[in-house]
Amino acid sequence: MNKAYNFAFFDEGSKREIRRATLKAIAIPGYQVPFASREMPIGRGWGTGGLQLTLSLIGKNDVLKVIDQGSDESVNAVSIKKLVSDTTGVVATEHTCDATLIQSRHRIPEVPLTKEQILVLQVPIPEPLRFFEPSEHETKKLHAEKEYSGAWLMLFEQIMNYGTMTTDADHPVMVQDRYVMAPSPIPRFDNTKMDHCKALILLGAGREKKVYAVPPYTKVVSLAFDDYPFKGESFENKHCRLCGADDVFLDELIDEEIGESYYLCNDTSYCLEMINEKKLAGVK
Amino acid sequence: MTGYERPVLSVKHLNKQYGRGCLKCVNKASLLKNYCPSCGTVYACQDISFDVHPGEVVGIVGESGSGKSTLMKCLYFDQEVTDGEAYISVYENGEKNLFQQSAQQKRYIRNNVMGKVYQNPLLGLKMDFSSIGNIAEKLISAGNRHVKMMESRGIELLDKVNIPVHRRKEAPKKFSGGMQQRVQIAKALSNNPPLLLLDEVTTGLDLSVQASVLDLIKELQRELNISIVLVSHDLSVIRMLADRTFVMLEGKVIEEGLTDQILEDPQASYTQQLVHSML
Repeated sequence: MNKAYNFAFFDEGSKREIRRATLKAIAIPGYQVPFASREMPIGRGWGTGGLQLTLSLIGKNDVLKVIDQGSDESVNAVSIKKLVSDTTGVVATEHTCDATLIQSRHRIPEVPLTKEQILVLQVPIPEPLRFFEPSEHETKKLHAEKEYSGAWLMLFEQIMNYGTMTTDADHPVMVQDRYVMAPSPIPRFDNTKMDHCKALILLGAGREKKVYAVPPYTKVVSLAFDDYPFKGESFENKHCRLCGADDVFLDELIDEEIGESYYLCNDTSYCLEMINEKKLAGVK
Repeated sequence: MTGYERPVLSVKHLNKQYGRGCLKCVNKASLLKNYCPSCGTVYACQDISFDVHPGEVVGIVGESGSGKSTLMKCLYFDQEVTDGEAYISVYENGEKNLFQQSAQQKRYIRNNVMGKVYQNPLLGLKMDFSSIGNIAEKLISAGNRHVKMMESRGIELLDKVNIPVHRRKEAPKKFSGGMQQRVQIAKALSNNPPLLLLDEVTTGLDLSVQASVLDLIKELQRELNISIVLVSHDLSVIRMLADRTFVMLEGKVIEEGLTDQILEDPQASYTQQLVHSML
Protein backbone atom coordinates (compact mmCIF):
# COMPACT_ATOMS: atom_id res chain seq x y z
CA MET A 1 0.00 0.00 0.00
CA ASN A 2 1.20 3.47 -0.91
CA LYS A 3 1.53 5.44 2.32
CA ALA A 4 1.78 8.78 0.52
CA TYR A 5 -2.02 8.79 0.24
CA ASN A 6 -4.83 8.52 2.73
CA PHE A 7 -6.59 5.13 2.71
CA ALA A 8 -8.57 4.88 -0.55
CA PHE A 9 -6.99 8.01 -2.03
CA PHE A 10 -9.61 10.47 -0.73
CA ASP A 11 -9.51 12.41 2.52
CA GLU A 12 -12.13 11.27 5.01
CA GLY A 13 -14.29 14.37 4.50
CA SER A 14 -14.64 13.67 0.80
CA LYS A 15 -15.56 10.06 1.42
CA ARG A 16 -18.17 11.11 3.93
CA GLU A 17 -19.73 13.56 1.48
CA ILE A 18 -19.98 10.90 -1.22
CA ARG A 19 -21.40 8.36 1.25
CA ARG A 20 -24.01 10.88 2.36
CA ALA A 21 -25.12 11.39 -1.24
CA THR A 22 -25.14 7.61 -1.68
CA LEU A 23 -27.39 7.14 1.35
CA LYS A 24 -29.84 9.66 -0.01
CA ALA A 25 -29.76 7.91 -3.39
CA ILE A 26 -30.57 4.57 -1.74
CA ALA A 27 -33.40 6.18 0.20
CA ILE A 28 -35.00 7.51 -3.02
CA PRO A 29 -34.58 4.71 -5.59
CA GLY A 30 -33.85 6.04 -9.08
CA TYR A 31 -33.55 9.68 -8.01
CA GLN A 32 -30.41 11.48 -9.16
CA VAL A 33 -28.61 12.98 -6.17
CA PRO A 34 -26.12 15.73 -6.94
CA PHE A 35 -22.72 15.40 -5.31
CA ALA A 36 -19.42 17.26 -5.35
CA SER A 37 -17.54 15.19 -7.91
CA ARG A 38 -13.82 15.32 -7.00
CA GLU A 39 -10.81 15.79 -9.18
CA MET A 40 -9.39 12.34 -9.92
CA PRO A 41 -6.09 11.13 -11.34
CA ILE A 42 -8.10 9.95 -14.36
CA GLY A 43 -10.08 12.17 -16.71
CA ARG A 44 -13.77 12.87 -16.20
CA GLY A 45 -15.80 10.59 -18.41
CA TRP A 46 -13.41 7.70 -17.81
CA GLY A 47 -15.24 6.17 -14.90
CA THR A 48 -14.65 8.79 -12.23
CA GLY A 49 -18.23 8.54 -10.99
CA GLY A 50 -17.95 4.80 -10.38
CA LEU A 51 -14.45 5.14 -9.01
CA GLN A 52 -15.49 7.74 -6.46
CA LEU A 53 -18.29 5.48 -5.24
CA THR A 54 -15.86 2.56 -5.03
CA LEU A 55 -13.26 4.56 -3.10
CA SER A 56 -15.82 5.96 -0.68
CA LEU A 57 -17.21 2.49 0.07
CA ILE A 58 -14.18 0.24 0.09
CA GLY A 59 -12.88 -1.19 3.37
CA LYS A 60 -9.84 -3.28 4.22
CA ASN A 61 -11.74 -6.56 4.04
CA ASP A 62 -13.33 -5.95 0.67
CA VAL A 63 -12.52 -7.94 -2.43
CA LEU A 64 -12.65 -5.85 -5.59
CA LYS A 65 -13.54 -6.73 -9.15
CA VAL A 66 -13.42 -4.20 -11.98
CA ILE A 67 -14.96 -4.88 -15.37
CA ASP A 68 -14.82 -2.78 -18.52
CA GLN A 69 -17.49 -3.81 -21.06
CA GLY A 70 -17.38 -7.36 -19.74
CA SER A 71 -13.60 -7.61 -19.70
CA ASP A 72 -11.41 -7.78 -16.58
CA GLU A 73 -8.22 -7.14 -18.50
CA SER A 74 -8.88 -4.05 -20.57
CA VAL A 75 -6.66 -1.02 -19.93
CA ASN A 76 -9.29 0.97 -18.10
CA ALA A 77 -10.25 -1.87 -15.77
CA VAL A 78 -6.61 -2.61 -14.99
CA SER A 79 -5.76 1.03 -14.30
CA ILE A 80 -8.69 1.48 -11.94
CA LYS A 81 -7.85 -1.78 -10.17
CA LYS A 82 -4.22 -0.66 -9.78
CA LEU A 83 -5.19 2.72 -8.35
CA VAL A 84 -7.54 1.20 -5.80
CA SER A 85 -5.12 -1.59 -4.80
CA ASP A 86 -2.23 0.86 -4.55
CA THR A 87 -4.05 3.19 -2.18
CA THR A 88 -5.93 0.57 -0.12
CA GLY A 89 -3.98 -2.68 -0.33
CA VAL A 90 -7.24 -4.46 -1.16
CA VAL A 91 -6.91 -7.57 -3.30
CA ALA A 92 -8.58 -7.72 -6.66
CA THR A 93 -10.28 -10.77 -8.10
CA GLU A 94 -11.67 -11.82 -11.45
CA HIS A 95 -14.23 -14.20 -9.98
CA THR A 96 -17.59 -12.52 -9.69
CA CYS A 97 -18.73 -14.71 -6.81
CA ASP A 98 -15.62 -13.89 -4.71
CA ALA A 99 -15.99 -10.13 -5.02
CA THR A 100 -17.77 -7.98 -2.47
CA LEU A 101 -17.48 -4.79 -4.50
CA ILE A 102 -17.80 -4.83 -8.27
CA GLN A 103 -17.19 -1.75 -10.36
CA SER A 104 -18.40 -2.18 -13.89
CA ARG A 105 -18.58 -0.23 -17.09
CA HIS A 106 -21.63 -1.02 -19.22
CA ARG A 107 -22.29 -4.62 -18.12
CA ILE A 108 -23.88 -6.52 -15.25
CA PRO A 109 -21.96 -9.79 -14.70
CA GLU A 110 -23.55 -13.04 -15.91
CA VAL A 111 -23.16 -14.74 -12.52
CA PRO A 112 -26.21 -13.69 -10.45
CA LEU A 113 -25.29 -11.17 -7.76
CA THR A 114 -25.86 -11.89 -4.09
CA LYS A 115 -27.04 -9.76 -1.20
CA GLU A 116 -23.48 -9.50 0.13
CA GLN A 117 -22.33 -7.70 -3.00
CA ILE A 118 -22.44 -4.11 -4.21
CA LEU A 119 -22.41 -3.33 -7.92
CA VAL A 120 -21.10 0.09 -8.94
CA LEU A 121 -21.89 1.20 -12.48
CA GLN A 122 -20.16 4.02 -14.36
CA VAL A 123 -22.57 6.43 -16.02
CA PRO A 124 -21.82 8.90 -18.81
CA ILE A 125 -25.29 10.53 -19.07
CA PRO A 126 -27.46 10.01 -15.98
CA GLU A 127 -30.46 11.97 -17.29
CA PRO A 128 -32.86 9.72 -19.26
CA LEU A 129 -34.71 12.77 -20.62
CA ARG A 130 -31.60 14.66 -21.74
CA PHE A 131 -32.14 14.21 -25.47
CA PHE A 132 -35.75 15.24 -25.11
CA GLU A 133 -35.15 18.27 -22.93
CA PRO A 134 -31.66 19.82 -22.87
CA SER A 135 -32.23 22.02 -19.82
CA GLU A 136 -31.41 20.53 -16.41
CA HIS A 137 -33.76 23.05 -14.80
CA GLU A 138 -36.63 21.65 -16.88
CA THR A 139 -35.80 17.96 -16.48
CA LYS A 140 -35.74 18.39 -12.70
CA LYS A 141 -39.29 19.69 -12.88
CA LEU A 142 -40.32 16.82 -15.15
CA HIS A 143 -38.97 14.30 -12.64
CA ALA A 144 -40.65 16.09 -9.76
CA GLU A 145 -44.00 16.00 -11.52
CA LYS A 146 -43.48 12.43 -12.80
CA GLU A 147 -43.96 13.73 -16.34
CA TYR A 148 -42.23 11.09 -18.43
CA SER A 149 -44.02 11.37 -21.76
CA GLY A 150 -40.69 12.50 -23.24
CA ALA A 151 -39.09 9.14 -22.48
CA TRP A 152 -41.93 7.30 -24.16
CA LEU A 153 -41.98 9.79 -27.03
CA MET A 154 -38.35 9.00 -27.84
CA LEU A 155 -39.23 5.29 -28.04
CA PHE A 156 -42.31 6.12 -30.13
CA GLU A 157 -40.13 8.03 -32.60
CA GLN A 158 -37.83 5.03 -32.95
CA ILE A 159 -40.80 2.77 -33.67
CA MET A 160 -42.12 5.24 -36.24
CA ASN A 161 -38.79 5.50 -38.01
CA TYR A 162 -37.43 1.97 -37.74
CA GLY A 163 -40.38 -0.21 -36.83
CA THR A 164 -38.87 -1.18 -33.49
CA MET A 165 -37.27 0.32 -30.41
CA THR A 166 -33.63 0.91 -31.31
CA THR A 167 -32.09 1.55 -27.91
CA ASP A 168 -29.16 -0.85 -27.92
CA ALA A 169 -27.96 0.18 -24.53
CA ASP A 170 -29.27 2.55 -21.88
CA HIS A 171 -32.93 1.62 -22.44
CA PRO A 172 -34.78 3.72 -19.83
CA VAL A 173 -36.34 1.96 -16.84
CA MET A 174 -39.02 2.88 -14.33
CA VAL A 175 -37.78 2.35 -10.77
CA GLN A 176 -40.33 1.36 -8.11
CA ASP A 177 -43.15 3.01 -10.13
CA ARG A 178 -41.75 6.46 -9.49
CA TYR A 179 -38.57 7.62 -11.22
CA VAL A 180 -37.53 6.95 -14.79
CA MET A 181 -33.82 6.18 -14.72
CA ALA A 182 -30.99 5.70 -17.20
CA PRO A 183 -29.59 2.28 -16.28
CA SER A 184 -26.18 3.38 -17.68
CA PRO A 185 -25.32 2.01 -21.12
CA ILE A 186 -25.81 -1.64 -20.21
CA PRO A 187 -27.31 -3.70 -23.05
CA ARG A 188 -31.07 -4.30 -22.92
CA PHE A 189 -30.12 -7.89 -22.11
CA ASP A 190 -28.95 -6.72 -18.66
CA ASN A 191 -31.98 -4.54 -17.88
CA THR A 192 -33.92 -7.55 -16.60
CA LYS A 193 -31.08 -8.38 -14.19
CA MET A 194 -31.74 -5.10 -12.37
CA ASP A 195 -35.30 -6.05 -11.47
CA HIS A 196 -35.43 -7.35 -7.89
CA CYS A 197 -31.66 -7.73 -7.90
CA LYS A 198 -30.35 -9.08 -4.59
CA ALA A 199 -27.31 -6.82 -4.63
CA LEU A 200 -27.27 -3.08 -4.08
CA ILE A 201 -26.68 -1.29 -7.40
CA LEU A 202 -25.08 2.16 -7.26
CA LEU A 203 -24.65 4.37 -10.30
CA GLY A 204 -22.18 7.23 -10.42
CA ALA A 205 -21.69 9.93 -13.03
CA GLY A 206 -18.47 11.84 -12.31
CA ARG A 207 -18.66 14.36 -15.11
CA GLU A 208 -22.35 15.08 -14.52
CA LYS A 209 -21.89 15.01 -10.73
CA LYS A 210 -24.79 12.68 -9.96
CA VAL A 211 -25.23 9.54 -7.87
CA TYR A 212 -28.27 7.29 -7.98
CA ALA A 213 -29.15 3.82 -6.80
CA VAL A 214 -31.30 0.74 -7.12
CA PRO A 215 -31.57 -0.79 -3.63
CA PRO A 216 -31.83 -4.59 -3.29
CA TYR A 217 -35.16 -6.16 -4.31
CA THR A 218 -36.38 -3.01 -6.06
CA LYS A 219 -38.89 -3.18 -8.91
CA VAL A 220 -37.24 -2.11 -12.15
CA VAL A 221 -39.36 -2.14 -15.31
CA SER A 222 -38.06 -1.27 -18.77
CA LEU A 223 -40.26 1.24 -20.59
CA ALA A 224 -42.38 -0.20 -23.39
CA PHE A 225 -45.74 0.11 -25.14
CA ASP A 226 -48.74 -2.20 -24.86
CA ASP A 227 -48.33 -3.40 -28.44
CA TYR A 228 -44.53 -3.11 -28.53
CA PRO A 229 -43.28 -5.00 -25.46
CA PHE A 230 -39.71 -4.67 -24.24
CA LYS A 231 -37.30 -7.28 -25.61
CA GLY A 232 -33.70 -7.94 -24.69
CA GLU A 233 -31.11 -8.80 -27.32
CA SER A 234 -31.75 -12.30 -28.62
CA PHE A 235 -28.99 -14.80 -29.35
CA GLU A 236 -31.16 -17.62 -30.54
CA ASN A 237 -29.25 -20.57 -32.02
CA LYS A 238 -25.96 -18.90 -31.17
CA HIS A 239 -23.42 -19.91 -28.57
CA CYS A 240 -19.95 -19.00 -27.36
CA ARG A 241 -17.23 -20.61 -29.50
CA LEU A 242 -14.98 -21.16 -26.49
CA CYS A 243 -17.25 -22.29 -23.66
CA GLY A 244 -20.47 -23.12 -25.46
CA ALA A 245 -22.70 -20.89 -23.31
CA ASP A 246 -25.93 -19.89 -25.06
CA ASP A 247 -27.81 -18.01 -22.34
CA VAL A 248 -25.43 -15.07 -21.97
CA PHE A 249 -24.68 -11.80 -23.76
CA LEU A 250 -22.50 -12.66 -26.78
CA ASP A 251 -20.10 -10.58 -28.86
CA GLU A 252 -20.11 -11.11 -32.61
CA LEU A 253 -16.67 -11.35 -34.19
CA ILE A 254 -15.47 -12.12 -37.69
CA ASP A 255 -13.13 -15.02 -38.34
CA GLU A 256 -10.96 -13.40 -41.01
CA GLU A 257 -9.66 -16.69 -42.37
CA ILE A 258 -13.01 -18.17 -43.26
CA GLY A 259 -14.86 -14.83 -43.44
CA GLU A 260 -17.66 -15.97 -41.17
CA SER A 261 -18.88 -14.52 -37.93
CA TYR A 262 -18.65 -16.34 -34.63
CA TYR A 263 -19.67 -15.53 -31.09
CA LEU A 264 -17.88 -15.20 -27.76
CA CYS A 265 -19.06 -14.49 -24.23
CA ASN A 266 -18.86 -10.78 -23.54
CA ASP A 267 -18.21 -11.52 -19.86
CA THR A 268 -14.65 -12.87 -20.08
CA SER A 269 -14.35 -14.07 -16.49
CA TYR A 270 -17.58 -16.05 -16.82
CA CYS A 271 -16.28 -17.64 -20.02
CA LEU A 272 -13.01 -18.60 -18.34
CA GLU A 273 -14.83 -20.12 -15.37
CA MET A 274 -17.01 -22.17 -17.71
CA ILE A 275 -14.01 -23.46 -19.62
CA ASN A 276 -12.17 -24.41 -16.42
CA GLU A 277 -15.25 -26.16 -15.07
CA LYS A 278 -15.54 -28.21 -18.23
CA LYS A 279 -11.87 -29.12 -18.15
CA LEU A 280 -12.14 -30.24 -14.52
CA ALA A 281 -15.19 -32.29 -15.33
CA GLY A 282 -13.35 -33.82 -18.28
CA VAL A 283 -10.35 -34.78 -16.13
CA LYS A 284 -12.58 -36.63 -13.70
CA MET B 1 -79.57 27.69 -11.64
CA THR B 2 -80.86 24.32 -12.90
CA GLY B 3 -82.02 24.39 -16.45
CA TYR B 4 -79.26 26.75 -17.47
CA GLU B 5 -76.34 25.57 -19.47
CA ARG B 6 -73.18 25.17 -17.40
CA PRO B 7 -70.15 27.00 -18.74
CA VAL B 8 -67.21 24.87 -19.87
CA LEU B 9 -64.73 27.39 -18.57
CA SER B 10 -65.44 29.98 -15.96
CA VAL B 11 -62.83 32.59 -15.08
CA LYS B 12 -63.32 34.84 -12.07
CA HIS B 13 -61.35 37.91 -11.07
CA LEU B 14 -58.13 36.89 -12.73
CA ASN B 15 -55.21 39.17 -11.92
CA LYS B 16 -51.68 38.99 -13.19
CA GLN B 17 -49.00 41.48 -12.31
CA TYR B 18 -45.31 41.57 -13.03
CA GLY B 19 -43.55 43.12 -10.08
CA ARG B 20 -44.39 43.47 -6.42
CA GLY B 21 -46.48 46.61 -6.48
CA CYS B 22 -46.04 49.42 -3.97
CA LEU B 23 -48.14 51.67 -1.73
CA LYS B 24 -48.55 54.17 -4.54
CA CYS B 25 -50.09 51.75 -7.02
CA VAL B 26 -52.11 49.65 -4.60
CA ASN B 27 -55.41 51.25 -5.64
CA LYS B 28 -54.30 51.46 -9.30
CA ALA B 29 -55.26 55.13 -9.55
CA SER B 30 -51.75 56.39 -10.16
CA LEU B 31 -51.00 53.95 -12.98
CA LEU B 32 -49.58 55.17 -16.25
CA LYS B 33 -51.69 52.93 -18.54
CA ASN B 34 -51.02 49.64 -16.72
CA TYR B 35 -47.60 50.56 -15.43
CA CYS B 36 -46.62 51.99 -12.07
CA PRO B 37 -43.95 54.65 -12.64
CA SER B 38 -42.69 54.53 -9.08
CA CYS B 39 -42.10 50.77 -8.57
CA GLY B 40 -42.12 49.53 -12.17
CA THR B 41 -44.89 46.98 -11.65
CA VAL B 42 -46.91 46.06 -14.73
CA TYR B 43 -50.53 45.09 -14.19
CA ALA B 44 -50.98 42.84 -17.22
CA CYS B 45 -54.44 41.47 -16.40
CA GLN B 46 -56.78 43.24 -14.03
CA ASP B 47 -59.88 41.59 -12.60
CA ILE B 48 -60.88 39.60 -15.67
CA SER B 49 -64.00 37.45 -15.45
CA PHE B 50 -65.79 35.55 -18.19
CA ASP B 51 -67.58 32.30 -19.01
CA VAL B 52 -67.23 30.10 -22.06
CA HIS B 53 -70.20 27.87 -22.87
CA PRO B 54 -70.18 24.53 -24.68
CA GLY B 55 -69.57 24.95 -28.39
CA GLU B 56 -69.04 28.66 -28.06
CA VAL B 57 -66.22 30.67 -29.59
CA VAL B 58 -65.12 33.60 -27.46
CA GLY B 59 -62.91 36.17 -29.09
CA ILE B 60 -60.53 38.45 -27.24
CA VAL B 61 -59.30 41.45 -29.14
CA GLY B 62 -56.99 44.28 -28.25
CA GLU B 63 -53.79 46.05 -29.20
CA SER B 64 -50.44 44.50 -28.47
CA GLY B 65 -49.52 44.84 -24.84
CA SER B 66 -53.13 44.79 -23.73
CA GLY B 67 -52.72 41.51 -21.83
CA LYS B 68 -54.40 39.09 -24.25
CA SER B 69 -51.53 36.64 -24.48
CA THR B 70 -50.77 36.90 -20.77
CA LEU B 71 -54.35 35.88 -20.11
CA MET B 72 -53.96 32.87 -22.40
CA LYS B 73 -50.67 31.90 -20.78
CA CYS B 74 -52.30 32.02 -17.37
CA LEU B 75 -55.18 29.85 -18.55
CA TYR B 76 -52.77 27.23 -19.93
CA PHE B 77 -50.57 27.43 -16.80
CA ASP B 78 -47.58 28.68 -18.78
CA GLN B 79 -47.48 31.42 -16.19
CA GLU B 80 -48.72 31.65 -12.62
CA VAL B 81 -51.59 34.01 -11.93
CA THR B 82 -51.24 36.56 -9.16
CA ASP B 83 -54.73 35.73 -7.96
CA GLY B 84 -58.07 34.69 -9.34
CA GLU B 85 -60.08 31.58 -9.97
CA ALA B 86 -60.89 29.37 -12.93
CA TYR B 87 -63.12 26.32 -13.19
CA ILE B 88 -63.53 23.76 -15.92
CA SER B 89 -66.75 21.79 -15.91
CA VAL B 90 -65.12 18.46 -16.80
CA TYR B 91 -62.44 18.69 -14.11
CA GLU B 92 -63.62 17.73 -10.61
CA ASN B 93 -67.14 18.67 -11.67
CA GLY B 94 -66.09 22.30 -11.98
CA GLU B 95 -65.69 22.71 -8.25
CA LYS B 96 -61.95 23.08 -7.85
CA ASN B 97 -60.07 26.27 -8.61
CA LEU B 98 -57.58 25.31 -11.32
CA PHE B 99 -55.00 27.84 -10.23
CA GLN B 100 -54.73 26.25 -6.80
CA GLN B 101 -54.04 22.73 -8.03
CA SER B 102 -50.62 21.12 -7.70
CA ALA B 103 -48.18 21.34 -10.58
CA GLN B 104 -48.85 17.66 -11.29
CA GLN B 105 -52.62 18.25 -11.47
CA LYS B 106 -52.11 21.31 -13.69
CA ARG B 107 -50.17 19.13 -16.07
CA TYR B 108 -53.01 16.63 -16.03
CA ILE B 109 -55.51 19.36 -16.90
CA ARG B 110 -53.33 20.67 -19.73
CA ASN B 111 -52.82 17.22 -21.14
CA ASN B 112 -56.35 15.94 -20.80
CA VAL B 113 -58.92 18.70 -21.04
CA MET B 114 -57.19 21.53 -22.91
CA GLY B 115 -55.44 22.14 -26.17
CA LYS B 116 -53.47 25.22 -27.10
CA VAL B 117 -52.20 26.57 -30.37
CA TYR B 118 -49.45 29.13 -29.97
CA GLN B 119 -48.72 32.01 -32.29
CA ASN B 120 -45.18 30.71 -32.60
CA PRO B 121 -45.07 27.02 -33.59
CA LEU B 122 -41.67 26.78 -31.84
CA LEU B 123 -43.50 26.96 -28.52
CA GLY B 124 -46.13 24.38 -29.33
CA LEU B 125 -44.12 21.80 -31.25
CA LYS B 126 -40.93 19.82 -30.85
CA MET B 127 -39.29 20.86 -34.10
CA ASP B 128 -36.87 17.92 -34.24
CA PHE B 129 -39.45 15.21 -33.61
CA SER B 130 -41.68 13.84 -36.38
CA SER B 131 -45.09 15.41 -36.91
CA ILE B 132 -46.83 12.23 -35.86
CA GLY B 133 -44.55 12.07 -32.82
CA ASN B 134 -45.65 15.56 -31.89
CA ILE B 135 -49.27 14.48 -31.97
CA ALA B 136 -48.42 11.30 -30.05
CA GLU B 137 -46.69 13.34 -27.36
CA LYS B 138 -50.01 14.79 -26.26
CA LEU B 139 -51.61 11.33 -26.33
CA ILE B 140 -48.73 9.81 -24.37
CA SER B 141 -48.99 12.51 -21.73
CA ALA B 142 -52.67 11.68 -21.39
CA GLY B 143 -51.68 8.10 -20.59
CA ASN B 144 -51.96 6.33 -23.95
CA ARG B 145 -49.43 3.49 -24.35
CA HIS B 146 -50.60 1.88 -27.57
CA VAL B 147 -48.45 2.67 -30.61
CA LYS B 148 -50.86 1.52 -33.30
CA MET B 149 -53.75 3.40 -31.78
CA MET B 150 -51.72 6.60 -31.53
CA GLU B 151 -50.44 6.22 -35.07
CA SER B 152 -53.89 5.82 -36.54
CA ARG B 153 -55.20 8.77 -34.50
CA GLY B 154 -52.25 10.86 -35.73
CA ILE B 155 -52.89 9.93 -39.35
CA GLU B 156 -56.59 10.72 -38.97
CA LEU B 157 -55.81 14.16 -37.55
CA LEU B 158 -53.11 15.01 -40.09
CA ASP B 159 -55.56 14.09 -42.80
CA LYS B 160 -58.15 16.34 -41.19
CA VAL B 161 -55.79 19.31 -41.21
CA ASN B 162 -54.80 18.61 -44.82
CA ILE B 163 -51.24 17.46 -44.31
CA PRO B 164 -50.30 14.66 -46.72
CA VAL B 165 -50.10 11.45 -44.72
CA HIS B 166 -46.83 10.41 -46.39
CA ARG B 167 -45.14 13.40 -44.75
CA ARG B 168 -46.13 12.34 -41.21
CA LYS B 169 -42.63 11.18 -40.31
CA GLU B 170 -41.05 14.48 -41.27
CA ALA B 171 -40.12 16.97 -38.59
CA PRO B 172 -42.17 20.20 -38.49
CA LYS B 173 -38.98 22.21 -39.02
CA LYS B 174 -39.10 21.07 -42.64
CA PHE B 175 -42.63 22.42 -43.06
CA SER B 176 -43.87 25.84 -44.08
CA GLY B 177 -45.31 28.17 -41.44
CA GLY B 178 -48.89 27.35 -42.41
CA MET B 179 -48.25 23.62 -42.24
CA GLN B 180 -46.56 23.95 -38.87
CA GLN B 181 -49.60 25.79 -37.62
CA ARG B 182 -51.84 23.01 -38.88
CA VAL B 183 -49.69 20.36 -37.15
CA GLN B 184 -50.11 22.38 -33.96
CA ILE B 185 -53.87 22.35 -34.42
CA ALA B 186 -53.83 18.59 -34.98
CA LYS B 187 -51.76 18.16 -31.83
CA ALA B 188 -54.06 20.36 -29.77
CA LEU B 189 -57.08 18.37 -30.94
CA SER B 190 -55.59 14.93 -30.38
CA ASN B 191 -57.33 14.25 -27.05
CA ASN B 192 -60.68 15.67 -28.11
CA PRO B 193 -60.34 18.46 -25.57
CA PRO B 194 -63.54 20.26 -24.65
CA LEU B 195 -61.60 23.53 -24.61
CA LEU B 196 -59.20 24.90 -27.18
CA LEU B 197 -57.07 28.02 -26.68
CA LEU B 198 -55.94 29.79 -29.83
CA ASP B 199 -53.35 32.53 -29.45
CA GLU B 200 -52.96 34.62 -32.61
CA VAL B 201 -52.98 31.51 -34.78
CA THR B 202 -52.98 33.27 -38.10
CA THR B 203 -50.60 36.12 -37.38
CA GLY B 204 -47.62 35.97 -39.69
CA LEU B 205 -49.24 33.71 -42.24
CA ASP B 206 -49.98 34.92 -45.75
CA LEU B 207 -53.58 35.65 -46.65
CA SER B 208 -54.50 32.48 -48.51
CA VAL B 209 -52.95 30.29 -45.81
CA GLN B 210 -54.69 32.39 -43.18
CA ALA B 211 -57.99 31.71 -44.86
CA SER B 212 -57.41 27.97 -45.02
CA VAL B 213 -56.35 27.77 -41.37
CA LEU B 214 -59.41 29.76 -40.32
CA ASP B 215 -61.66 27.59 -42.47
CA LEU B 216 -60.18 24.54 -40.84
CA ILE B 217 -60.75 25.86 -37.33
CA LYS B 218 -64.34 26.80 -38.14
CA GLU B 219 -64.98 23.40 -39.67
CA LEU B 220 -63.47 21.46 -36.77
CA GLN B 221 -65.29 23.59 -34.26
CA ARG B 222 -68.65 22.86 -35.88
CA GLU B 223 -67.89 19.19 -36.36
CA LEU B 224 -66.56 18.48 -32.86
CA ASN B 225 -68.51 21.16 -30.99
CA ILE B 226 -65.45 22.36 -29.06
CA SER B 227 -65.40 25.56 -27.06
CA ILE B 228 -62.71 27.97 -28.18
CA VAL B 229 -61.06 30.98 -26.63
CA LEU B 230 -59.53 32.91 -29.47
CA VAL B 231 -57.10 35.76 -29.10
CA SER B 232 -56.36 38.05 -31.99
CA HIS B 233 -55.59 41.64 -32.78
CA ASP B 234 -57.14 41.10 -36.20
CA LEU B 235 -60.81 42.05 -36.23
CA SER B 236 -61.59 40.15 -39.41
CA VAL B 237 -60.47 36.92 -37.73
CA ILE B 238 -62.71 37.74 -34.79
CA ARG B 239 -65.59 38.59 -37.11
CA MET B 240 -65.27 35.30 -38.91
CA LEU B 241 -64.94 33.00 -35.88
CA ALA B 242 -66.12 34.51 -32.64
CA ASP B 243 -69.69 34.38 -31.29
CA ARG B 244 -68.92 36.71 -28.45
CA THR B 245 -66.09 39.19 -28.13
CA PHE B 246 -64.19 40.91 -25.35
CA VAL B 247 -62.18 44.03 -26.02
CA MET B 248 -59.10 44.41 -23.86
CA LEU B 249 -57.09 47.55 -23.23
CA GLU B 250 -54.28 48.08 -20.75
CA GLY B 251 -55.03 44.83 -18.96
CA LYS B 252 -58.74 45.43 -18.53
CA VAL B 253 -61.84 44.28 -20.35
CA ILE B 254 -63.39 47.51 -21.57
CA GLU B 255 -66.23 46.12 -23.61
CA GLU B 256 -67.97 42.82 -24.18
CA GLY B 257 -70.89 41.58 -26.19
CA LEU B 258 -71.95 39.67 -29.29
CA THR B 259 -69.37 40.03 -32.01
CA ASP B 260 -71.79 41.71 -34.42
CA GLN B 261 -72.82 44.14 -31.73
CA ILE B 262 -69.26 45.09 -30.97
CA LEU B 263 -68.35 45.55 -34.61
CA GLU B 264 -71.51 47.37 -35.68
CA ASP B 265 -72.16 49.47 -32.62
CA PRO B 266 -69.00 49.90 -30.58
CA GLN B 267 -69.52 51.78 -27.33
CA ALA B 268 -66.09 52.43 -25.83
CA SER B 269 -64.05 55.05 -27.61
CA TYR B 270 -61.11 52.69 -28.01
CA THR B 271 -63.36 50.08 -29.64
CA GLN B 272 -64.76 52.71 -31.97
CA GLN B 273 -61.28 53.67 -32.99
CA LEU B 274 -60.37 50.01 -33.47
CA VAL B 275 -63.39 49.24 -35.60
CA HIS B 276 -62.94 52.32 -37.72
CA SER B 277 -59.34 51.63 -38.39
CA MET B 278 -60.24 48.32 -40.01
CA LEU B 279 -59.04 48.30 -43.58
